[in-house]
Amino acid sequence: MASILSFGRYVPERVLASEELAARLGVDPAWIVQISGIEERRIAASDETVVTLGVRAAESCIAGREIGLVIVSSASSERRFPGPAAEIAHQLGLAGIPAIDLPVASAGSLFALTLASQLAPAYGNVLVIAAEKMSAPALAEPLDKNVAILFGDGAGAAIVGQGSGLEILDSALHSDGSYAADLRLEFTGPIAMNGYSVIMQATRKIPAAIAEVLERSKVEAASVAHFLMHQANQNLIDRVAKCVRVPPERFYSNIRRYGNTSSASMLIAAAEWHETAELKPGDYVAFAAFGAGFHWGALLARQA
Amino acid sequence: MTRTQQIAELVRKCSKKPTPPDPEEPLFDNGYLDSFILTDLVLELENAFGIRIPDSELNPRRFENVEKIEALVENRATRSAG
Repeated sequence: MASILSFGRYVPERVLASEELAARLGVDPAWIVQISGIEERRIAASDETVVTLGVRAAESCIAGREIGLVIVSSASSERRFPGPAAEIAHQLGLAGIPAIDLPVASAGSLFALTLASQLAPAYGNVLVIAAEKMSAPALAEPLDKNVAILFGDGAGAAIVGQGSGLEILDSALHSDGSYAADLRLEFTGPIAMNGYSVIMQATRKIPAAIAEVLERSKVEAASVAHFLMHQANQNLIDRVAKCVRVPPERFYSNIRRYGNTSSASMLIAAAEWHETAELKPGDYVAFAAFGAGFHWGALLARQA
Repeated sequence: MTRTQQIAELVRKCSKKPTPPDPEEPLFDNGYLDSFILTDLVLELENAFGIRIPDSELNPRRFENVEKIEALVENRATRSAG
């Protein structure tokens, strides 16, 4: 059984507070916090790219391990091809091993963890990276206040392989392209988002995916010690907790400080959570994500 | 209490407004509903009327006013009964 052996993260130094962004957008900063829970987000420097963000996150979790496969999730890569995976692997000194791009916004790190758990027996340790520079499209003119307030930059990483860690017990992944137009980033345009559709579907589909993996493993939601979810919006996280019928405090959240970093957010949150989490053997941890596509799912893990 | 009144009261409860909306009152334009309140309302409707609204029917246009919500509830209740 494959396990998550370590996590890593990197966020840029530049902090963009909601007050500063509100002045630019001509809105009340309190509105931003009320509608999203986001007080500040990190913005990559001009010389920071998806590749450099991903490398920094990976460096914080490799710890000398031998890597057999790299999977990189990013929906904000600077070019059509090649994707960032091969270049990140090269910069990490991993040139020659396969490096796969997964251009799946928001839910990409969850899909990558699942793929890694299934590929680890064949490839050995799998380095999963999710790196996003969402500020570029989100803060591009003409500004859409409902989009601009949400996004930030950063990267998360994890090693999946054999060993003691968070054992990946099961996962449920889903996609439905009938909603493709509801959240999209064209090559030339700003991020287009049908907020009603995104929120309504996410509020239903995330709890359903969590229930799916819990039922298959015969685990009650109340028995899950920690939930790590894509950090899309604090109001969404709270509603998912309500639907799953667990206290909202059990859902780790750092969206207040980083905003929505798309596919990177779940791994950034997991890395930060893991630094202070006092996990006991047998503790269940549930991951969940939802994003453009729509793609969504959940993953159940247990501390060894 | 009629079904119309029940739905209007659920809208009031979810929106935390002091008074329920009129049956044809635009719920989004008049601040009764936004995307998050709408998700709360769907849960309340499902619990109150013992129905399940499929994800494919979660379109904001079906929730524009109390009359439209009532039509959706009746449709789902009929299907459940059938």
